This record gives sequence, structure tokens and C-alpha cells, in this order.
Amino acid sequence: MSSMTGTRALATLAARRDRVMLVAWIYVLTALIAGTAYSFKKLFPTAAGRTEFAISASHNPALLSLYGPLYGNSVGSLTAWRYGGFAALGAGLMSIFIVIRHTRADEETGRLELVGSAVVGRNAALAAALLIAVAANLGLAVLVTVALTLLGLAAAGSLALALAIAGSGLVFTAVAAVCAQIAGTARSARGLAIGVVGVTYLLRAIGDSSGPHGPRWLTWGSPMGWAELIKSFGAIRWWVLVLPAVIAFVVTIAAAVLAVGRDYDAGMLPQRPGPARGRAQLRSPFTLAWRLHRGALASWLIGALIFGVILGSAAKGIAGLLGSSQLRHIMAALGGTKAITNAYLAAIMGFSGLIAAGYAVSVVLRLRSEETSDHADPVLATRTSRLRWGLPHMVIAVAGTVLILVVVGLAAGLGYALRAGGTGEIGPLIIAGLAQAPAALVIAGFAAALFGVVPRASVAGGWSALGVVVLILFLGAALKLSHWVLDISPFQHLPKLPGGTVTAPPLIWLSVIALALGAAGLAGLRRRDIG
Amino acid sequence: MSSAIDVAGLRKSYGKVTALDGLGLDVASGEVHGFLGPNGAGKTTTIRILLGLLRADGGSATLLGGDPWRDATTLHRRLAYVPGDVSLWPSFTGGEVIDLLGRLRGGLDEGRLASLLKRFELDPTIKARAYSKGNRQKVALIAALASDVELLILDEPTAGLDPLMEAAFRACVEEERERGRTVLLSSHILSEVEALCDRVTIIRRGRTVESGTLADLRHLTRTSISAELAGPPEGLDRLPGIHDLVIEGLRVRCEVDTDKLDGLLRLLTGAGVRSLVSQPPTLEELFLRHYADDEPSLDAAAGRAGARA
Repeated sequence: MSSMTGTRALATLAARRDRVMLVAWIYVLTALIAGTAYSFKKLFPTAAGRTEFAISASHNPALLSLYGPLYGNSVGSLTAWRYGGFAALGAGLMSIFIVIRHTRADEETGRLELVGSAVVGRNAALAAALLIAVAANLGLAVLVTVALTLLGLAAAGSLALALAIAGSGLVFTAVAAVCAQIAGTARSARGLAIGVVGVTYLLRAIGDSSGPHGPRWLTWGSPMGWAELIKSFGAIRWWVLVLPAVIAFVVTIAAAVLAVGRDYDAGMLPQRPGPARGRAQLRSPFTLAWRLHRGALASWLIGALIFGVILGSAAKGIAGLLGSSQLRHIMAALGGTKAITNAYLAAIMGFSGLIAAGYAVSVVLRLRSEETSDHADPVLATRTSRLRWGLPHMVIAVAGTVLILVVVGLAAGLGYALRAGGTGEIGPLIIAGLAQAPAALVIAGFAAALFGVVPRASVAGGWSALGVVVLILFLGAALKLSHWVLDISPFQHLPKLPGGTVTAPPLIWLSVIALALGAAGLAGLRRRDIG
Repeated sequence: MSSAIDVAGLRKSYGKVTALDGLGLDVASGEVHGFLGPNGAGKTTTIRILLGLLRADGGSATLLGGDPWRDATTLHRRLAYVPGDVSLWPSFTGGEVIDLLGRLRGGLDEGRLASLLKRFELDPTIKARAYSKGNRQKVALIAALASDVELLILDEPTAGLDPLMEAAFRACVEEERERGRTVLLSSHILSEVEALCDRVTIIRRGRTVESGTLADLRHLTRTSISAELAGPPEGLDRLPGIHDLVIEGLRVRCEVDTDKLDGLLRLLTGAGVRSLVSQPPTLEELFLRHYADDEPSLDAAAGRAGARA
């Protein structure tokens, strides 16, 4: 029996288990890129309009750090510029989730032990996970190429962009495979791999926003950078694709080598002994919940800080984006460059609200994973009531979300102050962050209500709700969705801050809805069966 | 003696699947009660209803004089539970889990904790993810045994323990009995139940099929007899209550209903006995016969097991 025996059977099984998730990932990533192309087509129907936009965009450090430089003025160039890097990031995340799910996560649950005792080689699970991830990325590349070509973009450029995006996916497939060998748990393997994504994203952001004498070469170190460096809708540099191919291959080999020297369900990082006794504080359902959430919250806060500082410091250049255009006069009439800066900052805060909603949903759904992994039973068999078990997680979801949004606002304000001077934006940005909380918590409340009433649907339902809200934000306007569809998203009802006026009523009733949903979840939890 | 657990006509279904179908269980205060049944018989479902984790569809259940669903949190102060499949938070050490569960229950006996750690040879500084199944089981057992409670509910607690640790576990349960605590021990390890339990309830497919002391149940069992005789046995095949009779010259092997043993021995001594081996009925045999009722293949297996015994 070779070490790969059984790979095909495992890959079939994995594809069967993932069929919904894979389709959703590929569909959303394709829809976002196609939607972006479509909205540029509608927004700038003439070459002159696009040229003007392109000239201003390529001189703006804010946009450079966010999206990288713009090569050319075709709809294709604009699409690749606006969304290529994000799609590369999305493909990377998709690949990481696939690989970890079918390697370490399956080892942790013991599923692979059962499967591994059958006629299955010791590297078969890793090989199967890699196969599925590669197939998903190739599928994504095909769909993106087809979708962009159908929208009238150059076929060669569409293919180049699609391959660059898939290339990023392949590199992170290999990175995830290595992380799966190193880390001690599935959770930390996932965290490690996503950390690599974060670092390479920053490399690209720094490389692209630094001037001609700065470290522009940093962009080459990032899979998110390759999607722009390939110049898909200009003079295509096909040879850039050699980078992901070679790196993915070498890193995969490294993972295979590491896999040989590793035991089942064990990492390479040493296991240190921990305390023999629980600390005195570890004595209530609340401290238990805090212990389970504190590590993740710390990482989220660090991420929020970096995100805020980078995007806040980019705000100063935004006003220059509309350079010499007629649009500028219109904008000036509407409130001047200040209004443009504020619109940019408001967009960032709106984006932060979505990210915070993602955090809140993940905290609430931890209750469900505590339940399904049998961690809840022993706790609920003590004098801990269901309310006292569930409530702390929800309190942490609320407090953590508010904290993350305050940190983003504060960091964006500080970043703006660093670049533009003056700390005047800090206060308004913190308020803008706080204003996002009610909408983010409505999404989390929805997940909580599902958890209490229809627990089996809570994980899929909670994340789908977030996905719907993301799609509405990114594509709602471009697809000209009717008002009542847009109004499903709680984020549509928030005031645009900073710059807009704070209107209390929507914030109040969104908070009331969030609270009511959370209460419904807890009420359901008290009545239903556990498990 | 009052009842620690009193369950009658308990019903629970998951969709179309019926897990409990009129189950009854009566555990007296201060006894060690064996709760036996094959996988999927409904042992864990019963226990989870008793813990208020599931709500029964019908029937009645009383735990320590209260309603397990309505009074869950007040009742839980007085009991400790060891799940069949112990799953711990991977980043917690064993010691942290023991302390946490103990504190959530309302306190641990420190002296007892120290001695239990020693008896079960558990290193409490290891992270839960690195523990084997047996060691995770020990963590839950120690946390339960070190708690100051009246009732212990143990769901297949020795699965994954090695024989030495099983012996340590038995000694601990003996001590619990001496302390006057009530123990509900769900198991399918018959030797363990035979060694520890005062009374036994056997269930299958969500119903109680037998309940009583081991002595009560032995009336329902057969004793295996194997003898070498001086002369040929006459009329053995006409005796009532004889099963699986094999006569090879002067050697005789058979099974006899335990209440018909007297008649058989009379007949054998009449023929003259050179040697006699009598195997007392085991719970195992009883168990196999109960589960063999409507499954012919198992019936044959029970017959063979009986003949071997």
C-alpha cells in the first residue's frame, strides 16, 4: 500500500461533504468580480471618463494602498484593479478553509482515524484535501474567465486575471498544508495560515503605496500583488504565473516532507505543560466563556488596529482622486473635498461594520459548536442554567463587537492624524464605528435566534445572513435591486458617518431588534433539547 | 428506602425514530444500580432526560425528589455526571477542567482530589488535546468523584480505561457506596456490573426488559453442568428444564434451568458421579438471551456461549 492509497475515495468523500460550501465560495467570488466589471461598465461607459478616473486613481496613495496601481483604462483594467487583489485574497481564504477542514479538523474529530484505519495511505487525506482545493481554484478560474468574457472583456485578459487569482489560491493551499503540519490544533493551523494571508496583504499594501524610491518590490512578495503585476488587461506578463506555480509546488513538497515526520493529531510546535490547577477566576460560566473567546478577540483587535491605521492614513489623498474633473465641481457644490474624504471614511466604517458582524456571528455560533462537540453537556449538568451558559457568549459578542468598532474608529482617526495632522477626526470616527454596532448585532442576533429555535440551521443560516448583507452592500446599487430588497440589510438604515447627521431612531430600533432576536434565542434555548 | 431515581413509562422520539418507548427505572437511595443495554438501547437518552438536557415526550421521571426538567439547576447541585464520550476544551489542562467542573458544581473535596489524581495516575498539567481517550475519561471521573454530591450518574465510565484503572474505578465506586452515595452506572461491561451493582435494570429498544437484584435475575438463568458418570444416565432427556444435552458415553454436558437443578443432580448421583463441573449463571448469558429473543442468529450465539460456559 502506498502512502497515497485511497486518495480518490477520500477526495470523493470530501467533495460530497463540501458541495454546498464550495459552490457558495466560488459563486460569491465570481459574482463579486463580475458585478464589479458590470458596475464599471455602467459607471464609466466612455473611454474618456475611464481615462480621467484612471489618471486620478494612479496618483492617489490611498487607493494605491487599498487596490494597487491601475494599468490601463479599459473596463477590464479597472475591474482587475478594483477587485483582482480581493479576489486573490478570497481564493486564498477559501483554499485555507478547505485544506484545514479535511486535514487537521478531521483529525481532531477523530473522523480521519476511522477512515485512516481502512485501506488508506498516511498521506491520502492531505493529498485529497489538496486535490479538492486545486479543483476549487481551477473551477473558480474557469468561471471568472467565462463570466468576464461574457461581459465583453478581452478573453486573454480575463484568463490572465482568473489564473492569477487561482494562483493565489494554490499558493495558500500549499501554505495551509504546511500550517496543518506545524500547528497544534485545527483552529491554530487556520489562524496561522490566515496570518500569512494578512502579512502578504500588508506587503502588497506597503509596496503599492510607497513612492518610486520606496520598497515597491514588496508587492512581488504577495500573491495578492501578482493579480495586478500580471497586467491582465494591458501588455500581459504571462510569466508572472510562474511564481505561484513554483511557490505552490515547492511549499507543497515541504508540507509532504513535514507530514512524514508528524504524528496523528499532533503538531510540530512543542506541547508545553500547563497549570495543574484552574486559576481562582476560572469558576463561573462567564469566565469559561471569556477564556474561550479572549484569544480570538485579541487577534481581531490587532487586526482592527492595523486595518484602521492603514485605511485612515490613506484618507488624505482621497480628495485628489477626482482631480480635475467636472465631478469635482459637483462634489464641491455638495460640500467640498471634505465631503469626499468623509464619503471615503464612511465607506471604510461601513466595511468595518461588516467585519465586526463577522466577528459577532462567530462568537454567537461558538455556542452551537460547544453544543455539538459535547462540551456543553458537562457544564449544563452542573448547577449552571442554560441562561447562565448561553448569556455570557452573547454578552461577549456584544462587547467584543463594540470594542472592535471603537478600535477601528480610533485607529482610523490616528492614521488620519498621522498623515493629515490634527486629531479632529478621532472623535467622529469612533462615533462612526459605534454607529455600526446595532446593524452588526442584528446579524449576530439573527444567528442567536436560529441557535435557540432551529439550532441545526444556525451555522449555515447565520453565515448566509452575513453573506446576503455583503452582497447587498457590494452589488445592490450596481444591480439596481429594488428598495425593499436593499432594506433587508440592517446596514442600509445606518447614517453615513462621519459627515452625515446622527439620527437616533434607526440606531434605536436596530438595537431593539438585535436585543429581541438575542432574547428569542435564549428563550428558545431554555425550551429545546440539547445536542 | 426512598427512591433517588423513579422513572415510569418514559417516552422520547427523535422525528420518526423512537428512542424510549415506555421505559421504567427505579434506583433506591444509597444503592449502586446497573443500567444495562446494548448500544442504541436508550441508556444515554434516559440519562440526558434525567439531567434535564432533553425533554421527555411522555411518562414521568423524578430525580432526587424533583422534576429533572423544571428543577434542573437545583437538582444538579446534588449530582455529578460523567458522560460516555468525554470531550474537553483542547486548550485547557486536565487540572483546569477538573477545577472548573468542580467549582461549577459547587466545590471539590481537596483531599479527595489529591488522592484521586494519584490513584488514577493522571498528570493534570497536560493540555486536553494531548490526552488519550482513557485520560479524558479519567479527567471527567476525577471531577465527578471529588465532588461533594449525593448521586453519581456515570455513563459507560470505564470505556477507554486500562484494566488497572478499571480496578481503581471499582474500588472508588465501592467507597462511594460505603459513603452512602447513590450511583447509576450505565454499562455494557457485564463483569463490572456484576462486581459492583446491588440491582440491575436491563433495557433494550427503549423498554425495560428486566429489573431486580442479581439473585432475582438468576432465577431466569441456566446453570451449565458437565459431569463424568460411573454408569449410563437413564431418562436424562425426559427431565424438565434440560437444554442442549450432549451425551458421549459416560460424559454428560447440558444446561439446566436453575430452579430445576435439584432434579438433575438427583438423577446424576443415582448413576454415580466421578467428576462434576458446575458453572454458575452469568449476567452475560442472561444478557445474551434477552437480546436474542427475536433474532435467530443471536439465539444460536447465546446457545453456544451458554454451552461454553
